[in-house]
Amino acid sequence: MPVEFDSNPAFTAFAHPERLVSTEWLSAHLGAPGLKIVESDEDVLLYDIGHIPTSQKIDWHLHLNDPVTRDYIDGEQFAKLMSDKGIARDDTIVVYGDKNNWWAAYAMWVFTLFGHEDVRLLDGGRDAWMDEQRETSFEVPVYPATDYPVVERDDSAIRAFASQVLDSLGTTPLVDVRSPQEYTGERTHMPDYPEEGALRGGHIPTAVSIPWAKAAAPDSRFRTRPELEEIYADLDPKTPTIAYCRIGERSSHTWFVLTYLLGFGNVRNYDGSWTEWGNTVRVPIAQGEEPGSAPGKN
Amino acid sequence: MTLPAALAEIVDDFAALADPDKATLLLEFADELPQLPDSLQEDAMEPVPECQSPIFLSVDASDPAAVALYFSAPPEAPTTRGFASILHQGLDGATAEQIGTVPPDFFHDLGLASVISPLRLRGMAGMLARIKRQVVEQTGG
Repeated sequence: MPVEFDSNPAFTAFAHPERLVSTEWLSAHLGAPGLKIVESDEDVLLYDIGHIPTSQKIDWHLHLNDPVTRDYIDGEQFAKLMSDKGIARDDTIVVYGDKNNWWAAYAMWVFTLFGHEDVRLLDGGRDAWMDEQRETSFEVPVYPATDYPVVERDDSAIRAFASQVLDSLGTTPLVDVRSPQEYTGERTHMPDYPEEGALRGGHIPTAVSIPWAKAAAPDSRFRTRPELEEIYADLDPKTPTIAYCRIGERSSHTWFVLTYLLGFGNVRNYDGSWTEWGNTVRVPIAQGEEPGSAPGKN
Repeated sequence: MTLPAALAEIVDDFAALADPDKATLLLEFADELPQLPDSLQEDAMEPVPECQSPIFLSVDASDPAAVALYFSAPPEAPTTRGFASILHQGLDGATAEQIGTVPPDFFHDLGLASVISPLRLRGMAGMLARIKRQVVEQTGG
């Protein structure tokens, strides 16, 4: 049974306010039946230095990726992960994390690939909770195992692959959410991640540049709907859109914003992103500040 | 494997532990990272962009027989602090020559890949590379 929604007036303008909870709401609902809290961070040890009471750690790198193939875990592995964490298929999951929910949004996107229905983000993430000096715990809870069903991952609705991006160049709008230096091609890797670099710099032709973090206010919470509409004015909510970044984590954040806050009807995350595109032989690349045009479709 | 004795001991300590204990030990290192001396302001130190969180490091190789290392990283970056603390406890006071011969991939032997993921280990490689470069610059190679 889903836990009641957060009726916080700050969320009512969003297309899907049921996808957000506030720190106040979470404080009041700690321990509610059917509520499971998941922390997903960039810094993997952060959970261990104090976390929201009753929360459990799920790490994108260690838990959600297939250990061999460059892909996510499959239905059986996901069912086992959820069962081990004591999460039931109809539980409400609230995800939160560091750095504006950067990796929390990625975890949420992966849960959504498996069709877990009720997943919400804590607005402001870990920073908001800590800044308000709310209760924290060192206790790593263990919940009774559940019988989570094996559900095959559905990549069709919110995930895009390189071949699909290539085939739809010039017809499906693309948004590149990386730093401006990555977009222009000055950098072949993110400022802090040389391992995740690419042999070529630049962006996918036709992609507009809207860095992901613009969606977050200085207090880590999401900006208001009018602010977001202005930031994403280049994109059309009624047109299917593909977001990408470097390995799909920053674009998961943008996927969340476009889909749930602005009500876009069809947003897919191209998780192969620049580490795949910038290393792929013969795919078209645009450099500089202009989006560029699709080859043969000028 | 040519490691200064202190660093070799740290590597052995990590290698001997099971995964959950490795994480605990890394957190202990994070807690032990010393405060910066007042004489060093953070903004005067060199940032390490390979790291996923802001970290500053400063190297003093004015005495090549005992190189001094200083690090600073925020409390909300425990993994980065843990890396910095390993390098501090393992290399502070070592000779310029000893630091120069530390293999750039020594951290693989800590066995942390399964605890924090291989990509996250890159932060430590970045820190070590910068320390080495500063030592070379200050000692004229």
